[in-house]
Amino acid sequence: MKRFAVYTLLILPTAAFLRADWLNFRGPSGSGYDSSAENPPTELSEASIAWKTPLPGRGLGSPIIVGDRVLVTAASGPEQKQLHVLCFSTIDGSPLWERSFWATGRTMTQGKTCVAAPTPASDGKRIYALYSSNDLICLNLDGDVVWMRGLTLDYPNASNSLGMASSPIVADDTLVAQIENDSESFAAGFDLLTGINKWKIERPAAANWTSPTLLKIDSRTVVALQSSKGVLGVLPDTGSPVFHFDDGASTIPSSAASGDMLFIPSNGMTAVKVAANGAEPGKIWNESAQRPGVASPILIDGKVYTINSAGVLSCAEAATGKRLWRIRLKGPFSSSPVAGGNGHLYVFSETGVGQCVDLRGKEGKVVSEIELNETILGTPALTRDSVYVRSDETLWRMSAK
Amino acid sequence: MKPLFSIIAYVISLTVTTVGGLAGDLSEAIATIKNVGPEGMGNAEAANSWKVLTQQDSSAILPILSAMKGSSPLAQNWLRSAVEVVFQKQADAHAPLPTDQVKQFLLETKNDPRARKLAFDLLTKISPDTARSLVPGMVDDPSTALRREAVALLIDKGASQMAASDQSGAEKTLQKALDAARDVDQIKKIAGLLRNKLKQPVNLPEHFGFLMYWKIIAPFDNTDHRGFAMVYPPENRIDLDASYPGKNGTVSWRDYSTSDEYGMVDFNRPFDPLKGVTGYAYTEFDSKEDRPAELRLGCKNGWKIWLNGKFVFGRDEYHRGARIDQYQLPVHLEKGKNTILIKLCQDEQHKPWTVEWQFQLRVCDSTGTAILSTDRKPTPTKAATGRRSQRNR
Repeated sequence: MKRFAVYTLLILPTAAFLRADWLNFRGPSGSGYDSSAENPPTELSEASIAWKTPLPGRGLGSPIIVGDRVLVTAASGPEQKQLHVLCFSTIDGSPLWERSFWATGRTMTQGKTCVAAPTPASDGKRIYALYSSNDLICLNLDGDVVWMRGLTLDYPNASNSLGMASSPIVADDTLVAQIENDSESFAAGFDLLTGINKWKIERPAAANWTSPTLLKIDSRTVVALQSSKGVLGVLPDTGSPVFHFDDGASTIPSSAASGDMLFIPSNGMTAVKVAANGAEPGKIWNESAQRPGVASPILIDGKVYTINSAGVLSCAEAATGKRLWRIRLKGPFSSSPVAGGNGHLYVFSETGVGQCVDLRGKEGKVVSEIELNETILGTPALTRDSVYVRSDETLWRMSAK
Repeated sequence: MKPLFSIIAYVISLTVTTVGGLAGDLSEAIATIKNVGPEGMGNAEAANSWKVLTQQDSSAILPILSAMKGSSPLAQNWLRSAVEVVFQKQADAHAPLPTDQVKQFLLETKNDPRARKLAFDLLTKISPDTARSLVPGMVDDPSTALRREAVALLIDKGASQMAASDQSGAEKTLQKALDAARDVDQIKKIAGLLRNKLKQPVNLPEHFGFLMYWKIIAPFDNTDHRGFAMVYPPENRIDLDASYPGKNGTVSWRDYSTSDEYGMVDFNRPFDPLKGVTGYAYTEFDSKEDRPAELRLGCKNGWKIWLNGKFVFGRDEYHRGARIDQYQLPVHLEKGKNTILIKLCQDEQHKPWTVEWQFQLRVCDSTGTAILSTDRKPTPTKAATGRRSQRNR
């Protein structure tokens, strides 16, 4: 019996260690870097494709991974009014379940984006899928419907004719989503179990495609809500303001956070340190030349990386903003890069070229490429040993062999 | 004998209770789901009821489909997903499926259109040939989703007839397709074939029900978007002989008609491309009867709509794109004269894509079938001069 107890003690932590989830847009804290993703493939090639599986309709939201399940959303049919949540096995890509719904809000988008643009989020037990139609649907990991909201039904002018793309995030016990647009613009915290508003705050009436990022300040989780006006930090449980940065910010690439530091696509790039006392964040540096394009910046081991609209990847010191090196990638890019604990960055161009960049040397180096021959607009996801990426038509898993 | 009879009676009573109980559970679960309301109201109860529904066997499929009639959009989604789960479980277990009942449900046009399309999808999984055989008969179906399938077949048939040089056959087929089509993409495709390949005239404004004749007045001020909320005189009273102080001087109503086949009312034509301005467009619509209808608007400027003096909806979004049927506004038409007033706001952006100051409006029913004014005038012919309006495609 004692031996059994010992073996159990040994196995359980190992099992927990082996499970590597990617629970929302740009993974942990919504910032694109997961140090526990230690062994995704650095050799991207046909041989690295573990499996691929077809998808219906259109979608550019990232895959999310919860245990042995990978989930994506899609929208299909005339005017993309059929919404899908699809669940596949991470092992072999076999379909586990699919749920379909009718859009209750407006599905008009500009041609490049689509209705299934936001990435779903998960708290490890449930999936929260948001669409440009402002349908917000919660399912458990077996596909049981837990709750639904039609946010345009509730707030009829909450929509954007160009399409909405902000992805929700789970912060402590609250699902936070930015439903920001030119008209009825707000951010809200939803109860994880019922979908009822825990809070709802008015936001600048301006179109905004950025997604919330999580900060840790004095062990408190703070949600950074970015908009054209700047960044508002709020407590996830109540929406109460903690800090505000009012120098303006981009409405497309989102911020990256590390602890109490926030790297904001503002006037190029601006790094701020957020104080626990609610004082205006201290500006650490601003570099106007480091202007991200569509891709969101990423912070890895004391360095901040941006990809500009010309497809150039820049590396700068996080402490000072001083640029260290630049390399040209094969762009253009609509998706954001992600990086793992193996010191490599992964990014996929619109033309379907996946690139792996080794960041460990004096200068970044593209060590492998794969041509997927499909348009890739969505950001990839990482787990301990794999890269997941999707196009409209296909979901791939790439693993080290 | 008595104990055996008692046992049998007891077992029967249990079965009746169980079946009755299950049926009761089903009705109660459906009722709970139909009660979901705004802002997440009823979600927790609906989740429990959804579990009850998805544990049923295939006998629950028809009641759940039937329950979609009169349900809210959210409730319909709960019910839809429940039906699909029940169906899939039964299919995976190779259990019998209610094929005939699903088919009968589909054929009954009084059932909810979405539920019928769902029934069609289920029937397609059970018996694709049976489902396919029903499609040609759906060309006038009240469900636009089902009608779309039938129209697609007609388009294919028309194209085949053209390829076989059967011009007369193709004309008849494609005209039938056009009469039936309600989705914009199909209408445009058919119109293109009829006009470009078969040289047949197509009256798109009449097919869609676009309103082509207006009285318009502008410009009032919309500097800093303030005009959107400002109540200018036309919002208080329509006096087509009146003049008012406008942004750049006195303004008064003038006649306007559009020959654009998608009904585009282009304020830049009579007023030149102005910035930071507001205008109004007014028209009257004579309805044959009291009836529900939809006003369907396409517009990339700020706008408001009133019907019979009552505010319907408004939106202060600028230059994020426009398309036909962008906004679908349920209204009620009165028998006889109905007045429609549109407020159209242009902002102060100067990028090339922000020039348009225009809208298109049509009146139709919930299936997109045009409702025409009893005194509808002939579609205007193209203007001989003047700037061509930007079309919503």
